[in-house]
Amino acid sequence: METRKLFWASNVSKNRHRSQSHWTRSTVSALRVPVFPTLSSIQIDSGNSSTELRMDSEDDMAYEDEYDNQEDDGDDSNPFPPNQSLNKARADENDHIDVDEDDLDDSQNTADASSLACPRICTPDSGDYDVLSTEQVCQYMNDFVKDISNILQLPATTTRLLLSHFNWDKECLMERFYEDEEKLFKDARVIRPTAGDRQGSSSKSECNICYQTLKGSEFKGADCGHRFCSVCWRSYLTSKIMDENVTDKIECPAHNCRILVDDGLVMEMVGTQAAVRRKYQHGITNSFVISHRIMRWCPGVDCLFAIRLRISPDWVCVTCSQCQLVCCFLCGDQWHDPATCLVLKRWKKKCADDSETSNWISANTKECPTCHATIEKDGGCNHVVCKNSACKSEFCWICLGPWQPHGSSWFKCNRYTEDDAKAARDNQEKSRYALQRYLFYFNRYMNHQQSLRLETKLNNSIRIKMEELQQHNMSWIEVQFLKKAVDVLQQCRQTLMFTYVFAFYLQKNNQQDIFEDNQHDLELATETLSGFLERDITGQNVAEIKTKVQDKAAYCELRRNALVKHVHEGYEKDWWEFSL
Amino acid sequence: MAAPFPVSCARRIQKELTALHAEPVPGVTLKSGPDTLADKSTDINMIIKGAEGTIYNGEEFNLRFRMNERYPFESPEVVFQPPNIPLHPHIYSNGHICLSILGNDWSPALTISAVCLSIVSMLSSCKEKKRPPDDQFYIRTASMNPKATRWMYHDDNV
Repeated sequence: METRKLFWASNVSKNRHRSQSHWTRSTVSALRVPVFPTLSSIQIDSGNSSTELRMDSEDDMAYEDEYDNQEDDGDDSNPFPPNQSLNKARADENDHIDVDEDDLDDSQNTADASSLACPRICTPDSGDYDVLSTEQVCQYMNDFVKDISNILQLPATTTRLLLSHFNWDKECLMERFYEDEEKLFKDARVIRPTAGDRQGSSSKSECNICYQTLKGSEFKGADCGHRFCSVCWRSYLTSKIMDENVTDKIECPAHNCRILVDDGLVMEMVGTQAAVRRKYQHGITNSFVISHRIMRWCPGVDCLFAIRLRISPDWVCVTCSQCQLVCCFLCGDQWHDPATCLVLKRWKKKCADDSETSNWISANTKECPTCHATIEKDGGCNHVVCKNSACKSEFCWICLGPWQPHGSSWFKCNRYTEDDAKAARDNQEKSRYALQRYLFYFNRYMNHQQSLRLETKLNNSIRIKMEELQQHNMSWIEVQFLKKAVDVLQQCRQTLMFTYVFAFYLQKNNQQDIFEDNQHDLELATETLSGFLERDITGQNVAEIKTKVQDKAAYCELRRNALVKHVHEGYEKDWWEFSL
Repeated sequence: MAAPFPVSCARRIQKELTALHAEPVPGVTLKSGPDTLADKSTDINMIIKGAEGTIYNGEEFNLRFRMNERYPFESPEVVFQPPNIPLHPHIYSNGHICLSILGNDWSPALTISAVCLSIVSMLSSCKEKKRPPDDQFYIRTASMNPKATRWMYHDDNV
């Protein structure tokens, strides 16, 4: 459920904002469409009215038209321009940062549900998921549409629109189809296809867009009955697809007509313009992957593969077989066990926003009691004179009361402990505590993150060392323990890193004590292991170090498993309560 | 100066203007149209008269339409021109209008006269002369072109 909800959150939030303000500054939004190898023409086979998206053959490129110059959506020489893929990544990133309340609320619900299920690590050969190329995604989508279209006895084009309306949830579509067909078509903004032909009448009429009087046969339209001339249709669709980046749901051009234009008509109109057609097909495939709950694009930069789960979408760890990126299927972030997606999302938001700046301000500064300017005391006595030239009030830093009654015996301000001053101090205390707590976890999180980064360097130096040792009459198999230890070390670092995210939101209870003990053990062991590996290993001391490293690595692995197992058990038994 | 309008676009604007002459929208008069359609952007100026029985009775406003070469597939840029900008909860003091058909709800089947009609009815149904609540902030930050603003339409009453 979660993936579906998240993808629709942008729409939901748009609606919610409607009531807040008339406008927002327009921004250039990063295109979400990743670049694919070329997809091809929808082939309309009049026989069984099946419509398919297929891969373009390379010579289709001969059709390049004017749009190719403007659009860098992948030409032959470099089908994957890096900046575009970066856009994709950036768009993903934005998704994470722009956490709307709706978004959080939604994921909160699902997080509760997922708190029952345990995270699960799927290996590429477990058969729990496949990694599909864009061609395969396309093929899968076509087969999917064909299946349903056979069952419902509807043309493929109509079926695709309906499926897209239900975010590719076929059960939902079927249920609604057999329940109330009429309402379904109305909600999906699709007209039930009839045998009637889609051409205009035979008599001449005027096109409502270009105002030209043309023969009836020139007119085309969707099943809503609005007819426009082919030239206008082409311009309209081109402008929608190329300029407005709308591919998934294109409405009929008539005013107030919300009926969606089907793939058949789009392809009939723009099928000969290679760039437009390609962009349209990319858009369709992209929306398929984004809205289908068992699919997700590999979040790897420049990776154009999609992951399709064969099990029900849950908190699972998947590895892209193409770029070897290990990620969480639910949120697309790096694998973050033991912290849940929601916890991680909150954490990232907290790290990205300014809340801690304001905490610092309230913890370390006071406001002038007269003009409310923010003042940081950097020395001197407690008799403070506000430097704001319009204010210049004198007050006592301790009680924030006016200085005058303090007289010469200034330290008598205990008698001014009025409620206000006390409340102000309490607040400050609270902010200071919150800040300290956050910094405590943040520092540890960052430390491990940084160590993890540095250990990539260690990885290289260990590899060199392994080669050196092999020349020192050690066999290949004998030095593998180093590689193994580095792997364990990195795994431990990553787990530790996310334990701090987990712990930051965790509420105190007995299990939390156990968790912290586990965390402590693992941390200690990890640091020792790291120390061993950093040491200078030479031909002389290698025998002695080998046992130490092996023992420590085994111990670390053990501790890591114990910690993770304990947390998972907690998820299962509902031990953990988070203050989000 | 710039590339001429595509023929289809010029022809459409020409036809619309002819239709406006033939069937004017009540309360709206065409002040000046483009002399030629040779320029890339074309201004069409209208005068809107406040209708009788409304709070704008007797007032006159200048409305400017500016089309680019993608018209009618892209909406025209429509703003009120100083000095007299109607005091209306959906019209900012720089002349920008918050109207859905000028943004998201634009359809190529809409016309200049349909837009005029909407604006006239928007003025006529208004009961209280006031600026939008965020007017001051908006006019300080907005671009000259209202289409650079992403509008949120939330009030269908006025």
